[in-house]
Amino acid sequence: MSPSVPLQEMIRAIRSARTQCEERGVIQRECAAIRAQFRQADNGGRSHNLAKLLYVHMLGYPAHFGQMECVRMIASPRYSEKRVGYLGAMMLLDEKQDASLLITNSIKNDLSHSNQYVQSLALCTLACMGSAEMCRDLAPEIDRLLRASNSYIKKKAALCAVHIVRKVHDLGELFAPAARSLLAEKNHGVLHGAVVLIIELCERNPETLERFRKTVPDLVQIMKGLVLSGYSPEHDVAGISDPFLQVRILRLLRILGHNNEGASDAMNDLLAQVATNTDSTKTVGNAVLYETVLTVLDIKSESGLRVLAVNILGRFLLNNDRNIRYIAMTSLQKIVGTDHNAVQRHRGTIVDCLKDQDASVKRRALELSLALVSASNIRSMMKELLLFLSSCPAELKAHSTSGIFNAAERYAPSQRWHIDTILHVLTTAGGDVRDETVPNLIQLITNASELHCYTVHKLYRALLTDISTQSLVQVACWCIGEYGDLLLRGECQETEPVQVTEDDVLDALETVLQSHMSSPATRGFALTATMKLSTRITENVDRIRSIVSIYGSCIDVELQQRAVEYNALFKKYDHMRAAVLERMPVIEKNSPGHTNGESMGDAIKDIQPAKMKQGEPLLALQPANQVCDLLDLLGGSEETLQPSPATGPAVPGLLINTASTAGGDLLDLLGGLEPALLAPAPTVPVYENEGVTLTLSCEKQSDTGLTVTLTASNSTDSDISSFTLQAAVPKSVQLHMKAPSGDSLPARGTAKVTQMVVLNNPNKVNLKMRVRISYSSQGSAFQDTVQIDSFPGLNAAGH
Amino acid sequence: MQFMLLFSRQGKLRLQKWYVPLSDKEKKKITRELVQTVLARKPKMCSFLEWRDMKIVYKRYASLYFCCAIENQDNELITLEIIHRYVELLDKYFGSVCELDIIFNFEKAYFILDEFLLGGEAQETSKKNVLKAIEQADLLQENIDFQMRLFAGVMLPNMVSESSGLFQN
Repeated sequence: MSPSVPLQEMIRAIRSARTQCEERGVIQRECAAIRAQFRQADNGGRSHNLAKLLYVHMLGYPAHFGQMECVRMIASPRYSEKRVGYLGAMMLLDEKQDASLLITNSIKNDLSHSNQYVQSLALCTLACMGSAEMCRDLAPEIDRLLRASNSYIKKKAALCAVHIVRKVHDLGELFAPAARSLLAEKNHGVLHGAVVLIIELCERNPETLERFRKTVPDLVQIMKGLVLSGYSPEHDVAGISDPFLQVRILRLLRILGHNNEGASDAMNDLLAQVATNTDSTKTVGNAVLYETVLTVLDIKSESGLRVLAVNILGRFLLNNDRNIRYIAMTSLQKIVGTDHNAVQRHRGTIVDCLKDQDASVKRRALELSLALVSASNIRSMMKELLLFLSSCPAELKAHSTSGIFNAAERYAPSQRWHIDTILHVLTTAGGDVRDETVPNLIQLITNASELHCYTVHKLYRALLTDISTQSLVQVACWCIGEYGDLLLRGECQETEPVQVTEDDVLDALETVLQSHMSSPATRGFALTATMKLSTRITENVDRIRSIVSIYGSCIDVELQQRAVEYNALFKKYDHMRAAVLERMPVIEKNSPGHTNGESMGDAIKDIQPAKMKQGEPLLALQPANQVCDLLDLLGGSEETLQPSPATGPAVPGLLINTASTAGGDLLDLLGGLEPALLAPAPTVPVYENEGVTLTLSCEKQSDTGLTVTLTASNSTDSDISSFTLQAAVPKSVQLHMKAPSGDSLPARGTAKVTQMVVLNNPNKVNLKMRVRISYSSQGSAFQDTVQIDSFPGLNAAGH
Repeated sequence: MQFMLLFSRQGKLRLQKWYVPLSDKEKKKITRELVQTVLARKPKMCSFLEWRDMKIVYKRYASLYFCCAIENQDNELITLEIIHRYVELLDKYFGSVCELDIIFNFEKAYFILDEFLLGGEAQETSKKNVLKAIEQADLLQENIDFQMRLFAGVMLPNMVSESSGLFQN
């Protein structure tokens, strides 16, 4: 075919442009010329023009003015123009454009054209960009072509039918009979198309699936022919006869044999034959083997065959080709649940893949390794996993840390090992651990009473080396606060003790307090730890007093509040200080059901899809709040020490949590206080601007459901009308807005508008809501957006 | 298959075939991001990657990257074979095909692709048949008089089939 000279000249001109600006100039000139040509009457160069335009379009420049020209060219009697016209249609028109409907008639005519290459163009275009309406219109034509035409057209019609079924599911019924008869064809192209069509039909409709089950013997026959036949030059690829068709048939057999004994039996022998006879030195052979393995694992195959399949995967794991290893691990992941022991045999290779250079392979290896951890191999596996963590790519860190924690949680051989492991993770990847790690670790430490000395020594050393990892620093501060006396005693059995003085310890805590790297939460931990030490050390109590009083005027409200309370503890309630700051009782694991009324515990969920088992403790412990709790016990009317409601809506929830966790006996004592503490759906202002205020209150309806009430009021001097609220939430959350009470806000807050929004958060993701407020006031329209990240009564982070 | 992209090592698009309906803006965005992701990968890395919610299979032939996005249940290895088959077809047609051939004859590259894949699936598994169909269609295009019938058995002069520029891997 002779090249299009005008097209090639233009391409050359564009490529010789040296700068982006120059290129744009050339293209603008060319586009102007093309547009002029389009307007002219029919000349010989129409196809060249459109081709030029398509090239320009591929470079990224706008080419929509060519759409109508495509439509015209498709209708042309000349094959050269039709060809480029259809190509243009596939590139410029998609089903969303209105112009695409205009070509439906042309396609219809061309489908019945006498020349098969014209028919082919029409079929190709329909299969590429046919919209649902076009498909409905032309489906009978396609069915006709499926039955009565030559094999060249039949194979194309079959794939066109596939596209139609994907667009309009109901039309599957129309093609089923024709598809059945196509299986008898000899032409590989037609067979391939037929198998693809049948796969599509069976996947969409279970009844069709039932009917096609009868074809299993025919399919087995065809496969046998392919596998056992001699060399066929036309379809051979590296010794495999028509691998594309083989893979398709295997896939269809998989669908037909799934959950069906009879069909699975019929294909057993064949699958064994394919698995053993296929040459696996080249990729193409491995492709067929891979499909075979997938099929064997998905149908009701006999155990011998399953073992064969898993062994093939094992061989893949040892293959030099990285692609094959990746494939093997993906497949093993699918069966690790059901054939666990079989996969365990290959654990060594899988763990080796953790050290692979490729990030995709690493990811797969990590998933599999985590799935293979069991009580018997926990120690060795953890060693490997921790090694992996130190060199792990950033995007996998969060996933690895949570996986490691889960594994440690389930199979820890000893408490000391468990604590060591968590500490190791915190030091290597502390920045990527989840928020719940800190309370979990604290709870673990309190439970391991013999290890307090060991733990505090280790943590103190860690603190001295590095204070940038917030989670580690928080735990370290907490431990030093609790067990500082053990640290100062200077003796420890399990590890080398440090010789520290009280000043050293206080220095360490003060460094944390003052460092710009410490987050406000961490500083809170440090301050409370300092306070607690006042009862555990003997000489430097004055130093603590001065620290605490300095922070009484800190800008951070939380720190300031704590410091003021501690100050009061020093001044007015010194006689109680020792009792208040004494050692914490052992913390019980909080099970989700064990809360007071509302399941606040479940509300505190993490963003990542947690593989955590049920009953994972969600402790929101703050020693300060614990202190306040105990103070409530001791005296009912300490106003200065009551947690002021202004600290935020998080507090009522926290108090309830701590009440239930700090031992069952405290619950009873606090029983009387509960109703007061359960603040009735606190209302929080979320938006305030130009006199319009929006407040939010929410109520949990169920484990995942939540009703949010938005109340708007207007404090300006003029009325507001057409007040509307729109809300958006993260993807997995379902939102249902009820009708608002009204849409006008009279001036000076004389009446309010309320609107209820029902949310359902089945995946328990971190709940956020973006609300758009629009209204008109004094003739002009206003619009604003506000993002709500925290909901009263729901905690986003656990502290 | 959802789409196929061919791009050079500098990130210039040489061919794009979309089998899913997306707006122009979305297509541009996907192309830009995917090209960046693939070009950032080192030479010995795996040919498969998970990107957004699709599986991407790519292979580099000389200076061109062939990149396909397939559905989650599709066989990645056979997709590699499909890519290889397409390159073989181009090679047979152009005779030792190189990137310049595809640039200056992009519409032919599309015609060949459309004769091999239809609606995202392979339509003809025999290399010989695909090439024959293209040759016949080309002949048809040459004839100005559209009514002329094609003669059975007309073959174009044999293309030289040495190992091509594209096959230097």
